[in-house]
Amino acid sequence: MKTETQTIFEKSRPGKKAYSLPECDVPKTPLSELIPGNFLRDTPPELPEVSEVDAVRHFTELSKWNYGVDSGFYPLGSCTMKYNPKINEEIVRMKGFTQIHPYQSGESVQGCLEVLYKTGEMLAEITGMDKFSLQPAAGAHGELCGLMIMKAWHESRNDTVRKKIIIPDSAHGTNPASAAVAGFDVVEVKSDENGWIDLNSLRETMSSEIAGLMLTNPNTLGLFDGNILEIADIVHEKGGLLYYDGANMNAIMGITRPGDMGFDIVHLNLHKTFSTPHGGGGPGSGPVGVVEKLVPFLPKPVIEYSGKSYYLDYERPLSIGRVKSFYGNFAVVLKAYAYILSMGPEGLRQASETAVLNANYILKKLKNDYLLPYDRVCMHEVVFSAMKQKEYGVTATDIAKRLLDFGYHPPTVYFPLIVKEALMIEPTETESKETLDQFISAMKQIAKEAENDPECLKSAPHNTVVSRLDEARAARKPVLNEMSGTNN
Amino acid sequence: MSKYIPNTDEQKRDMLSEIGVADINDLFCDIPEEIRVKGPLNLPKSLSDIELTKHMQMLSDKNSDTDHYTCFIGAGAYDHYIPAIIDHLISRQEFYTAYTPYQPEISQGTLQAIFEYQSMICLLTGMDVSNASLYDGASAVAEAVLLACRATGRTHVLAAKTLHPESREVLRTYTKFSGITVDEYGFLNGIADLSDLEARLSPDTAAVVIQNPNFFGIIEDLKEIAELAHKNKSLLIASCDPISLALLKPPGELGADIVVGEGQSLGNPLSFGGPYLGFFAASKQLMRKIPGRVVGETVDLSGKRGFVLTLQTREQHIRREKATSNICTNHSLNALAATIYLTAMGKNGLREVAELCAQKAHYAYSRLIETNKFSQVFSAPFFKEFAVKYRGDVHELTARLLEQKILAGYILEHDYTDMDNVLLVAVTEKRTKHEIDTLVERAVCV
Repeated sequence: MKTETQTIFEKSRPGKKAYSLPECDVPKTPLSELIPGNFLRDTPPELPEVSEVDAVRHFTELSKWNYGVDSGFYPLGSCTMKYNPKINEEIVRMKGFTQIHPYQSGESVQGCLEVLYKTGEMLAEITGMDKFSLQPAAGAHGELCGLMIMKAWHESRNDTVRKKIIIPDSAHGTNPASAAVAGFDVVEVKSDENGWIDLNSLRETMSSEIAGLMLTNPNTLGLFDGNILEIADIVHEKGGLLYYDGANMNAIMGITRPGDMGFDIVHLNLHKTFSTPHGGGGPGSGPVGVVEKLVPFLPKPVIEYSGKSYYLDYERPLSIGRVKSFYGNFAVVLKAYAYILSMGPEGLRQASETAVLNANYILKKLKNDYLLPYDRVCMHEVVFSAMKQKEYGVTATDIAKRLLDFGYHPPTVYFPLIVKEALMIEPTETESKETLDQFISAMKQIAKEAENDPECLKSAPHNTVVSRLDEARAARKPVLNEMSGTNN
Repeated sequence: MSKYIPNTDEQKRDMLSEIGVADINDLFCDIPEEIRVKGPLNLPKSLSDIELTKHMQMLSDKNSDTDHYTCFIGAGAYDHYIPAIIDHLISRQEFYTAYTPYQPEISQGTLQAIFEYQSMICLLTGMDVSNASLYDGASAVAEAVLLACRATGRTHVLAAKTLHPESREVLRTYTKFSGITVDEYGFLNGIADLSDLEARLSPDTAAVVIQNPNFFGIIEDLKEIAELAHKNKSLLIASCDPISLALLKPPGELGADIVVGEGQSLGNPLSFGGPYLGFFAASKQLMRKIPGRVVGETVDLSGKRGFVLTLQTREQHIRREKATSNICTNHSLNALAATIYLTAMGKNGLREVAELCAQKAHYAYSRLIETNKFSQVFSAPFFKEFAVKYRGDVHELTARLLEQKILAGYILEHDYTDMDNVLLVAVTEKRTKHEIDTLVERAVCV
C-alpha cells in the first residue's frame, strides 16, 4: 500500500544513469563550430537522474495505483471498456509494423497500406457506409472531421446559409464542442418521455438554415430511437445531413447499420467497439465513414487499390484536407483490424447481442433498488438515477466512490445531463454472468448502506491509496508541475 | 463462439428468462424491422489465433522495416533509440487498459505520470504550463493557433513556409471553417525571411508560427522572430523537435508564448505514422485557455499529496460548445512512453543523444558534399537533418538505394516544387559511421 508519494524528480540523484549509448564513432567537431553559441542553452534541462532499476521500480509502483480492465469490472457507461485481446498487443509489435517510417515509398509499405485499406472496407460493411478515412485520432477528432465534411458538402452546392446544427440534449459534450470548432451554431432538441427525440420539436426546428443533425443511436440513455427513419426523413427533406456518433456502436454490430437508418456520415471509436485499449486516455482512433456523395470530401490522402497494389491518393480537389499527420493512428487501426478478423461476422453480432443481454440483466436486477427513469428494454447500457438514495443525503458520486471499496470501477456518473444523479452502466459482452452477479450484489448492498449508514458512503472510498481529493483546491491554486510545486 | 464472450448458451438462456423475454431478438424490439441486417455481414470468417498470427505476419513481412533497412528518412518522424524498459512498462495492463483518469482514487499512477510528463515538457521548452499531450505535432500547431486567436481576439495567422508541410495542411483544415485566415511567409537560405514576415504582419495577426529546427533541419533565430511578433502584439508559436531542446536554448527563454511539437522522438516507435503525441506548453497568462487535459497536484482528506485532472471548466464535458477545444482524450500512453524515455535518458543522456545526432549528421553532410555528386542547398546551421541537391535524378537515386536496403531520405520536391532533386537526410544517434559511409558509397556508385 502506498504510504508516501515521491515523484521521479524527488528520486533523482546526480550521477545516476539509466541509459546506454555508443561512443561517437565519427570524427568529432566542437559543438560550437556546428551550432552557433547564441543558439545553445547554457545548462541542460534538469531532467531526473536515476538508475534503470529506479526507473523501472518507479513506474511499476505508479502502475499499481491504477485500475485497468484486467484488474476487474469496468462498467463505465458510454466508454465500452471491453477486454483488450492480448494477441493484438503481440501483433502490433511485429517489426514490420513498428519499424516502418511513414514516408517510405509505397512499394516498401504494401502491408501497412493493405491493413488500412481493408479495415476501411470492413468498417464500411459494418456501418453501411461507402468509404472510410482512418485519419482521425479519436472520437472527438472524428466528429470534427465529419462535421467539416458536412460543411464542405453544403458549401460545394453553394448552400452557404446552413450555419446551425441540431444536437439532442442527451448528446456527449464533444458533439457541441466539435460543432463549435467546425464553425456551427448549436440548436438543441429535447427528448420525449421515452427518451427519444421529440419529433414535433425536430420538425419545428428543422429548416433550410440547418446543416444537419448529430445523433447517437442507441442514444446516451442506452435506448434505440425507434423513430429513426422518420427522423432521417425530416432532416433529409429539408436538405440536411445526418451524422452518426458511433460511441454506442457496440449495441448494434450485425443487427442494424447507420447507413440503413439513413445516416450520411459516421464516426466510430475503435477504442470502444473494436477492443483497442484506452491507454489511460488515448491513443484511440476515430475513423469517419461517409455515403457515396460525400466520398470526395474525405480527408486526404485516401488509400486506394489499383487492382495490383495499394497507394495513397492525394489528387482529391474537394477534400477537406488533412486532419492529422500521416495516415492516422496506424497501430491502433491494426489492433482493430486483427479484432474484426478474429471475431468474424457471427462473432461481432454475438458481441452486440451479449452486450445488450448483459445490460438488460443488470437493469432487471437493480430496478427495484435504484430509480430507473426510462423503464423499458435498453440496449448495451442502462441509466439509473440515485434520486432514491438522495433522500438519505447520498449522491451518485458517493455510490461511485463506495464501489471503489468493492473493487469495481464505477459507472459513468452525472451523464447524460438529462437524468438527475445519473449512474450509467455499460457492462459490455466480455463480462460473465458471475461477474455481473457479484457487481449486482455490491450495488444492492450499497443501496442498503445508503439507507442505514449513509456516512459510510459519504466518506468512501476507504481502501484506496488516497481518499477523496480536493479538486477545488487543485483548480484554485494550480500546481501543474514539479517546479511550481517548489516555487510557490 | 468467440473466446472474448464468456457467457455460455445456458447462462444466456437463464439471463433471458430472468429478464422475462423468450428470445434475444426481443431485446431489439425498438429497432424497426426494415432496417435489421438480414443474414451475416459480408466479412471474412473468423480466424483462430494461429491463423490470425500467420496472416498478420504475412502482412508485416510485406513491409521493409528499419531493422533490415537503414533509415535516413526523417521529415517529422525519426528512427531514434528506444530503451527496452519503455515497452515493458507501458505494457503493464494497469497503464494500457485503463480509461482516462476520471476516478482519481484509482488512477494515481496515470495522474502522477502525467504530472511528471508536464514537468519534463516545461523543463525542455522553458514554459510555465504543459497539458497532458495532444494527438500529434500537427494538431498541436492547429490547437495553438486556435488558442492564440481566442487569446488575442484576432483572426489572422502567419505560418512559416518552413513549417512542416503536413502541419500547415492540418492548420488550414482546422481554420477553414472558423473564420481564421492563414497566410504564409517565405524563407531565404532555408531560414525564415524576416522582411517578408514583417511585411505580412497586420493589426489582426494573432500569431506567428515558426518551426525550430525547421522542416529543412535548420536552426531558426527565434529571438528575432519573437521580437517582430511581440512588437505587433502577436503571439509566437514555436513547434520544436524535443530532442533538439537538450542542446538549444529553450524557446520560452527566447520569447515564445506557446511551444508545441511532435513528441514521437521521445521513445515512440515509427509505427507508420502513429500513434505519436503532440506536446503543448504555454506561458502562465494562457493557462486557463489551453486545450486538453491538465493534471494538478492537491491533497486528499487526510492531507496526503495526490493528483487530479484540473482546470476542467475549460473542457467539453463541462462547457460543451463553449469549451476551449473539442478534444476529449490526450495521447496518454504515448505521453507515458515519453515520460519514461526522458527518465531513462535523464539530464545527461538526452544531451548525449542530441550531440550524437548533430555530430553524425554533420559528418554525413560533409561526406556527401565531398563526393561532388551532392551540392549544398542552404548554408545556415542545422541540427540532425539537412538538405542536399543530387546531381542526377533523385527519384532514381532513392529507388536504387531502396534496392540496397537504404531508406535514403525525403524528397523535398513533393512539397517545394522548385527544389528539384533535393533530398532531406536525417541522421540519428542510431546510425553508425559504417552505415553513413555505406550510404555515401552506394549513393555515388551508379
